[in-house]
This record gives sequence, C-alpha cells and structure tokens, in this order.
Amino acid sequence: MTLTLGHFLSLGAILFALSIIGIFLNRKNLIVLLMAIELMLLAVNMNFVAFSHFLGDMHGQVFVFFILTVAAAESAIGLAILVLLFRNRSSINVDELNTLKG
Amino acid sequence: MDVKTGFFYFFAAVLLFASFRVITARNPVYAALYLVLAFFQASAIWMLLKAEFLAIALVLVYVGAVMVLFLFVVMMLDINTDSLRQNFWRHFPLAAGVGVLIALEMSAVLISGFRVTEEPKVAAAVGQVAQDVSNTRELGKLLYSEYVYPLEIAAVILLVAIIAAIALTLRQRKDSKHIDVADQVRVRARDRMEVVKMAPTLPYAKDEAGSAVGAASGTEKQP
Repeated sequence: MTLTLGHFLSLGAILFALSIIGIFLNRKNLIVLLMAIELMLLAVNMNFVAFSHFLGDMHGQVFVFFILTVAAAESAIGLAILVLLFRNRSSINVDELNTLKG
Repeated sequence: MDVKTGFFYFFAAVLLFASFRVITARNPVYAALYLVLAFFQASAIWMLLKAEFLAIALVLVYVGAVMVLFLFVVMMLDINTDSLRQNFWRHFPLAAGVGVLIALEMSAVLISGFRVTEEPKVAAAVGQVAQDVSNTRELGKLLYSEYVYPLEIAAVILLVAIIAAIALTLRQRKDSKHIDVADQVRVRARDRMEVVKMAPTLPYAKDEAGSAVGAASGTEKQP
C-alpha cells in the first residue's frame, strides 16, 4: 500500500475539522482561538504542499511561502491587539467584549 | 506498506493527537506547547513530501518566532482559565457533528478522487534526477523571477505588521520625564535666551548713574 494524494488531503481535512471543533469549544478564550486559526492555516498549507508534490508543480510551494508570511503577520498583530485588550479590560473573555454592541 | 507509509501514519497520528490536545488543553501554555509539537509533525510530513525548504522554514518561523511570541503573551497575561472554561463542553455535540461531517465528506471525496501516486507523475512531469535538484534552488528561482512583485508585497505586509504591532502596544508613561528629541533639535538660540531692553532705573545718587545704567541694560531673562 503506497501513499496517494488522497492520504495527505484527508489528513488536511481532518486537521481542518479538528480546528473548527476547537473554535466551537474555545469560544471564550481568545488565545486558543488564534491557535486554532493557525492550525487551520497549517491544514491548508498541507494541501498545497501535497498537491505541489504529487502534481510536480512548484507553484504550490510558493503559495505556501506567502501563506506563511501572511499568517506570521496576522498572529503578530492579533497578539498585539490581545495585549492591548487585556491591558484595557483585564480579561480576554470574548463574552465580555460587547462594547461595540449596537 | 513501505517505510515511508509507516512514517506518514506515525507523523499523522501524532499531529492529530497534538492538535486535539491544543483545542482541549486546560492551560493555554500546554496548548501552545502542543501546537509546537503539531508544527514539528507537520514539518516532518512536508519532509516526506520533499518540500525541504518549507519544512525548515516552518520550524524556524513558526516554532522559532510565532510560537515563542504566543508563549510570551500567554505567560505575560494573568489569565483566569476557570472563567474561560465555563460551559466548555456544552456545544461539543454540535461541534463534533459539524467536524465529523466536514472530515467525512472531504475524505470521501478526496480518497476516491485523488488516487495519484507519486513515482510516475513526478518523474514524468519534472523529468529530473532526484539527486542533483534542490528544492530550495527551484523555489528561489521561482520566487525571484516569476513572483518578484508578490514577494515585494509580502515584504511590505511584514513591514506593516511590524509597525502595527509596535504602534499598538507602545505605551507612553505619563509619570516619566521624557525628552522630545525633535523639539531639542528644532530649538533656536533666541528661544533659550532673550535680551530684554529695559528703561534704565533711576539711580539714587547722581554720581552712581553711569555704572547703574550699564548694569541694568544688559539684563538677561531666562524663560
């Protein structure tokens, strides 16, 4: 039994589903929400790398490179906002962040 | 079932276990550490897929920078985890239903639809000997020729992220005596010292007038 493209894509699908479950469960904890988003991006990157390898096309890996860049920027800004939020509200509970509620 | 398949299943199992622990860990520090483990397993799987540069970049960038940033933030904030975990499992049936549905649907489509095995496809498509071609070299050629402008945009995105992160978390302390360097550079001599012309005060005695006028006219005022 040899590895096929379907194996890697299924792994990416399971990882993506797992991080969706994580977003459902940790709906109050902002830090773990950010971590679940990182896991989602990892699942997407896994699909890109698998397609790139099995179809013999390097362009997929270039896309993974750009996704890594954007994900690093996103987590840096997200954590900066998180620190600012904790400094103002002394809490990272999503339920308490209702100031902008209309 | 060859060695590579065994390695794939091992890495995949550890990856899924680690990501499950990330989303269920009670302590956010443990979640961050399990996320490090998950990134390492993903990097190993990318090594199996012969994407060496991206595997190393994942370890260096994610484990070395992003996860350390996460750990810093988690340890810097005083988080009350008990209030964050109230009703933690309440939506679990819905979440599990959605997650299993997504995984099963995608797997059902993907397993049967993509029976591509690697050996003929890669050898035919790339047409190269595996030994003397470098993944990093190929990626670099592509990045710096065809994807130059996207690469510049990525650099700008990183610059914006740096500036935004610093600008968001920068805090001017109100109680510290700070010096505005721009004001210091822009200062002119007449802002610091002002020569005030004053009417000469009348001396008490006529004979001391000369010396008193001379002293009064050179009065300097410090702002």
